[in-house]
Amino acid sequence: MSSSGWNLTGDALAETLFSGVAVGCKYALVALGFVIVFKATKVLNFAQASFVLVGGFLCWQMAVTWELNFYVALLAAMVGGAVLGMVVEQLLMRRLLGEPPFALIMLTVGVLYVLDNVTTAIWGPEDRGLQDPWGSRTVDLGAVNLAVADLWTIGVTSAALLAFYLFFGHSSLGLAMRATADDQEAALAVGIDARTVHRVSWAVAGALGALAGIMLASGAGSVGPGLGLIALVAFPAMILGGLESPLGAVVGGLVIGMAQQLTALLQPEFAPWLGSGFERVAPYAIMVAILLVRPYGLFGEREVRRI
Amino acid sequence: MSVLPFTSRSAARGRPHRNMVLTRADDLRLTRGPWRKAFAVLLVVCYLSLPHWYSDASLSVLTLVAAFAIGSIGLNLLVGYTGQVSLGHAAFVSIGAFATSALGDQRGWPLPAYLAVAVLVGLLVGAIVGPFALRLRGNYLAIVTIGLVFVAEHIYRNWESLSVPVRGTAPTRNAAIELGPLDFGKGLQFGDVVYTREQSLFWLAWALVALTALVAHNITRTRSGRAMQAVRDHDLSAEVIGVNPARTKVGVFAVSGAMAAAGGVVYSFTLGAVDYHELSGGRGLFMSITFLAIIILGGLGTIYGSILGAFLVIYGQRFIADNGADAPILGIPVEKGWLSTGELNGVLFGLLVIGFLLLEPRGLAALWLRVRRWFEKWPFSY
Repeated sequence: MSSSGWNLTGDALAETLFSGVAVGCKYALVALGFVIVFKATKVLNFAQASFVLVGGFLCWQMAVTWELNFYVALLAAMVGGAVLGMVVEQLLMRRLLGEPPFALIMLTVGVLYVLDNVTTAIWGPEDRGLQDPWGSRTVDLGAVNLAVADLWTIGVTSAALLAFYLFFGHSSLGLAMRATADDQEAALAVGIDARTVHRVSWAVAGALGALAGIMLASGAGSVGPGLGLIALVAFPAMILGGLESPLGAVVGGLVIGMAQQLTALLQPEFAPWLGSGFERVAPYAIMVAILLVRPYGLFGEREVRRI
Repeated sequence: MSVLPFTSRSAARGRPHRNMVLTRADDLRLTRGPWRKAFAVLLVVCYLSLPHWYSDASLSVLTLVAAFAIGSIGLNLLVGYTGQVSLGHAAFVSIGAFATSALGDQRGWPLPAYLAVAVLVGLLVGAIVGPFALRLRGNYLAIVTIGLVFVAEHIYRNWESLSVPVRGTAPTRNAAIELGPLDFGKGLQFGDVVYTREQSLFWLAWALVALTALVAHNITRTRSGRAMQAVRDHDLSAEVIGVNPARTKVGVFAVSGAMAAAGGVVYSFTLGAVDYHELSGGRGLFMSITFLAIIILGGLGTIYGSILGAFLVIYGQRFIADNGADAPILGIPVEKGWLSTGELNGVLFGLLVIGFLLLEPRGLAALWLRVRRWFEKWPFSY
């Protein structure tokens, strides 16, 4: 506060925190997609970034080109993402189950390249607005301006989390998925079909990816090939919470989102020696700091190693 | 052993067939058997004669292949031999490229000096990053190393004297590429015979590939190489039998970083200026992925596989970029269809990676093993 030109008001801070939560929710949606696939199949899915991209474009196609109702388009894009996830699982991932993690990562990277380039080939490389009903409207809460799109993002993420909680806690398929994640052999022994579990987890990841893509593109954002790259920023969010933990994904998303917004607000004033654009590196700095203290993330499972 | 229907002389003497055993002396030898020596001679002949009957444009592509081969050999030591996945390899490559620009181009240092500095900085940064591998494993390590390319991007973005800030490019055009009396940058000259810059750079780059391959081969066939493979196969067991995993992991990160930096120096020779967006940040991540794909397609845990992979991926990509526009796909030339050549390259790249992982995870190196097996087993080669 020593600087004379510095005028940080409580309202500006509140706005920053709020947009940090909104950005964090978007990361959390992407990270949840990573986590559910990893939990069920032990695959670190780089193709999640292309689910995000394809979801955004599908929604744009239906809402803008075909002029469907936006909410119908959103749901249809999620269904499209789910189908895409299932197809990837059915055609490719199933064949390499149990291979070393590196081979699995690279298989999903191959899928990422194919899907990203086909998407750009179909829809072209330019950025375009999603024309969502929220637009750039804001709600005034005293002196604090809150973007409607951000409010919706927070609401949708909360709804997705609630659905997650109900699904995993209170449905037989959800319980089967948790059992398979815990111990695949034991789950098979009590008659749980691991294939269905894998298929469903990829479908959920695809749908979540599409939802994340639409949320990222709504409001001030846009649909374009860069959407997939934003999804890669969710890596720190996913990993600092722990690869297996949905709760960790949300906490990680919020931490990264808030840290990014706060860095953008405060770092040029208080630590200019860190250089311009530090908010783009901040997620990785936080991730490294947390992982060095807790190598399996905040809520991750410690791997048991035997000789 | 005499009950076996096919008794060879060695079996009669109570020893397994020569293809089944590998003595320690063989394992330590640089080249095994006369065939490999003959093959090495053939390679040298190719190396010396290629620039005489290849166009300069093709030669500069081959020089780029060499740059990627050097970096891939380093990455293969890390991933293929030691089992530590790194997605930050492009950051190490960028060290070499920017050393060429900052020291060679802008300060006029000679080639051995800036190459040595690049290699040393690569070694040092590798040794700094290495300890992360002691704490983090598998997927966690892979994600944390992504951080490297973003940190590198941040440094280059803010280090204004290093690159032209507006366009983000660092010139390398005027870097001196001389080694004693041999001036590769202007073109070699022996008496009346004058060679072009491309021809000379080809010789320099592939000599560096050979040197890197020799260093890597020597590492892998000695104690440290066996320690690396023990750590890859099971690091706890390796520790139990007396391998120091910490030293091994940090060491291999350092060596791989140094090789990547050397690759970066060669990489910058083929370009007039280095763009930091290519080697760091989001596209840097894709560059790292390209390196990983090279060693998968070539063959994990083989040195010549890294070179084959670099050839397949980089030469293939450049070939399509240069000639793909007219290639008919489903009867429609690419440029008139809905795929651009860049997108065609990306799709093919992805399909290659997927195809190799599903059908031949041991890479191109294993295709040769298959051929050899077929002939060895003939007439029962099924």
